[in-house]
Amino acid sequence: MSRAIIVNLARFILLVFVQVFLLKNITLYDLSAPYLYILFILLLPFETPNLVLFAVSFLMGLTIDAFYDTPGLHATACVLLAFVRILFISITVQKEGFDNEPEPTLSIMGFRWFFTYALILTLFHHFFLFNLEVFRFSEIRYTLGRVVLSTIFTVFLMLVSALLFFRSKERK
Amino acid sequence: MRNLLIFITKYNAFFLFIIFEVSALIIYIKYNSFQKATFINSTNQVTGNLYARVDHLKDYLSLSEVNDSLARQNARLRNQLKSSFYIDSIAKRKITDTIYKQQYEYIVAKVINNSVNRRSNYITINLGSNAHIEKGMGVICDAGIVGKIINVSQHFAVVQSVLHKDTRFSAMLADHKDIGSFIWGSKIDPHKGLLIDVSNNAQPKLGEKVVSSEHSLFPAGLLYGKVSNLRATEGGSSLNMEVALSVDFSKLQYVYVVVNKLAKEQLGLEAQEKKDE
Repeated sequence: MSRAIIVNLARFILLVFVQVFLLKNITLYDLSAPYLYILFILLLPFETPNLVLFAVSFLMGLTIDAFYDTPGLHATACVLLAFVRILFISITVQKEGFDNEPEPTLSIMGFRWFFTYALILTLFHHFFLFNLEVFRFSEIRYTLGRVVLSTIFTVFLMLVSALLFFRSKERK
Repeated sequence: MRNLLIFITKYNAFFLFIIFEVSALIIYIKYNSFQKATFINSTNQVTGNLYARVDHLKDYLSLSEVNDSLARQNARLRNQLKSSFYIDSIAKRKITDTIYKQQYEYIVAKVINNSVNRRSNYITINLGSNAHIEKGMGVICDAGIVGKIINVSQHFAVVQSVLHKDTRFSAMLADHKDIGSFIWGSKIDPHKGLLIDVSNNAQPKLGEKVVSSEHSLFPAGLLYGKVSNLRATEGGSSLNMEVALSVDFSKLQYVYVVVNKLAKEQLGLEAQEKKDE
């Protein structure tokens, strides 16, 4: 239990640093901007209580907001992401089948499940984030383009980082 | 009552979602509509200091470019020195001294955080209220107009960059003095802006300079960019044109905060006028 807290705390700090000091400066053709920090919310253990999950997502969003000068924007998107995460996991995973607090990582859940999970959740988060930021229907086509391209970029980075920390012995 | 409790615990995820989502939205909407000073931005101690530190590291990478621009600016300023003019009479010098009272002052500040690739971009600079910087002051750099100050703390200030969806400055065509509004278009391109609401009588030319007008918070005649496309996409009853920005926002290092010494007097007078009506 305490190990899970330390691991997630380290992941929180690492992802915030990577997002704010590296990825914030990266965009492809003004269209595709990666938001890798949501990986933190995706990788929280299955057993996380809902209250903690929402609170931590909210906190993560606010931290990113503080660096991006957009109070509330990322927090809103992250809370939505946490809700979609609960729905997705309750539909696709039987909770009884797991022992010693597994996390929804690539090495435990397999590629197909993790890819779908990351893709759908990222799509929700980005769709909400970009539309809330722009807040205009007149630019909807351009915004949707940015959503799709950014999702591809983010999911790509997620898979790369998941493969970097891949541990084959955990696989069942 | 018991059933209600059971209902709430059964769908606790949904209710928690509503609570957190609403609170996040409140923060978002409040900040956006009133631009309230809030601690969740890069002027606060923690984020501001972190940005300052990382920026200090990044400085070394662009030393030569900064050097270059400073040298160019030095040369330009040297040209304006009194000693580089030939004084033909003492009387003239006296007149220039008494006629011109300085209205604008410039404070140099260093950019410690910057973005160009979002719909609303902000710049953080390393000076704040300790250096007498206030909300609403204009910010320029040697290439042109950068934005305006929207948030100040003791040691830092946040600038709303020209690359922001709410940007709207009064601007004019340099040669014909036709006035319009300068905005950042709907395309997220850090090199393009739009000059809109120019009267139909105007005859702009490609490559004509777009500068700040007399009724903006900047001194008149500061450069925004050059007209690059006479017919921008959004139509309407007035002329809209695309402007190629003169400032390369991704490379901003040093900026100048414009202090208008007469701003208070002007604002006070205008407020009084409104009261009288």
